[in-house]
Amino acid sequence: MTRRVGVVGTLVLLLLTGVIASAAHGQLAVSGQQVVGTLLHGMGLDTGWRPDDDTLVRTLWYIRFPRVALSLLVGAALAVSGAVMQAVFGNPLAEPGVVGVSAGAGLGAATAIAFGITAGGSWTVAGMAFVGALAATLLVYMTARAAGRTDVVTLLLTGIAVNAIAGAGLALVMFAGDSGSREQIVFWQLGTMNGTRWVEVLVVLIVAGPATVVAVALSRSYDLLALGERTATHLGVRVELLRVSSIVLVTLLAAVGVAFAGIIAFVGLVVPHAVRMVLGPAHSSLLLVSALGGAVLLVWADLLARTLVAGADLPIGLFTALVGGPFFFYLIRRSRRRLGSWA
Amino acid sequence: MSAVACRVIGASCRRGDREVLRDVSLDVEHGRVLALVGPNGAGKSSLLGLLAADLHPSAGRVEILGRDAQSWRPRDLAVRRSVLLQANEVSFAFSVADVVEMGRSPWLGRSDAEEDQRAIENAVERADIRHLLDRPFTALSGGEKARASLARVLAQDAEVVLLDEPTAALDLRHQEEVMVVARELADRGRAVVVVLHDLSVAAAYADRVAVVDAGRLVAHGRPHEVLTPERVEATYGIAVHVVRTPDFHLSVIPQRGSSRPPQFPDNVSP
Repeated sequence: MTRRVGVVGTLVLLLLTGVIASAAHGQLAVSGQQVVGTLLHGMGLDTGWRPDDDTLVRTLWYIRFPRVALSLLVGAALAVSGAVMQAVFGNPLAEPGVVGVSAGAGLGAATAIAFGITAGGSWTVAGMAFVGALAATLLVYMTARAAGRTDVVTLLLTGIAVNAIAGAGLALVMFAGDSGSREQIVFWQLGTMNGTRWVEVLVVLIVAGPATVVAVALSRSYDLLALGERTATHLGVRVELLRVSSIVLVTLLAAVGVAFAGIIAFVGLVVPHAVRMVLGPAHSSLLLVSALGGAVLLVWADLLARTLVAGADLPIGLFTALVGGPFFFYLIRRSRRRLGSWA
Repeated sequence: MSAVACRVIGASCRRGDREVLRDVSLDVEHGRVLALVGPNGAGKSSLLGLLAADLHPSAGRVEILGRDAQSWRPRDLAVRRSVLLQANEVSFAFSVADVVEMGRSPWLGRSDAEEDQRAIENAVERADIRHLLDRPFTALSGGEKARASLARVLAQDAEVVLLDEPTAALDLRHQEEVMVVARELADRGRAVVVVLHDLSVAAAYADRVAVVDAGRLVAHGRPHEVLTPERVEATYGIAVHVVRTPDFHLSVIPQRGSSRPPQFPDNVSP
């Protein structure tokens, strides 16, 4: 209990400092105090810290805050989506990026971008990403599971196949699109929060918020699912219903993240794993703290992406992959050691 | 004066294209231990699956506590029947204490904390796993996993208890202890069904023995009626001695012939 309080406290602290540091950093110099002042003013508290310069205030509200908010939401969504996927697959290596769900979402979103489909307004890209992600999830789910579990090899091989198919589709879309949309897709594919607008933040919030709440509400069932599908059934879980709703949750969370921030891999892998190591595998705390941890990870990754090379906005997916890749490697080594061999 | 808890009525069961059970009728009674025995692949686990409402009969019916097995809501059934499967793996590193506590989850909102605590304590005691409580389930040996899972089943505190080879991975003492637990459950009015391989264990602890062979129920009755040398040989294809032990239990021992020299010094021919 005290441990949980300590972890949550640390994460909240990191979150707040990350938000302030991220909002303060940029071409126009803004101090941390001014950021806090502007935020508090927005909440109706006047501190006198808010900068007098209207340009600064508008920069914060229209450029930096949406970007920070999106990184928080997308980080939380990806981490929760990873944790739910791991629960359903009974395998800690399941992750939307690894198994190709993100790539599926990417294909859907890229199609919308390349062909200029705008039928649903701001929702178009997200909607198409959802369709692509759902197709990929169903494909992985139907091919990789046997008797309620997914062994590591099958999962990874399925991921390779799905990623390959989605990659081919993406290449085709880029080939078919004009050079402008091609460039847009390439950059977006690497993951970026650049040029975020509030309406996008709102879409992510509307989708990811309820999805996270539902996932947390299901956490007891996810615990029981760890005993295997039959045993979970014997303990009163409607496994079929749980699986179907979880697939929808994973897909919604991954797709909405991918749609507006591009493919940011490994968040759903690293964060839940770290939380499990510190707090244990119980899903109620795992899901909530993963959401918090994912938000922290992405807000800092985004800050790094903008500051590491002066004047350049590096793709955020590059950072998460830089951390996540070696970590994934370590996880594979470890589960291999535990199982003896891959059989 | 035993009341029927579960009733299998002319049930057949298909898995894939194979008919694994054909026209089986069997009553499971409160207050009794029923042992399901038979060769590998005979359909014992499928029969248990029917009783657990995991499998649907392709013909015939299965009733659990007076209602059609498939008509129960999973949660309502979960407080009335518990199942221990052969293989018990846990996907994440839940502690043994967590796993045992999961046995109480069907009772969420139906029992108070004190009741839950008592059931868990009792289960931990009887499965002899107190020293394992803080260990991660994933780090246990096969026998320890089986006992921790048994504790989970006991914590569930159900009227109908179905155990699929609970003794398989256990050492001699824990085998006997698990069967004593099964016996106690029956003595307190529960209906207990145990899939067993060791016929001597079945003879010693079960009130009724049902022999399943090639998807059919070939015998059902008291151990001494069912476990005759002729029946065992016909079912398993091996000749056996059915002997009486010094403490008056039946014991079924394969006839091993004299290909190896006798091991007891006093049997050595002069």
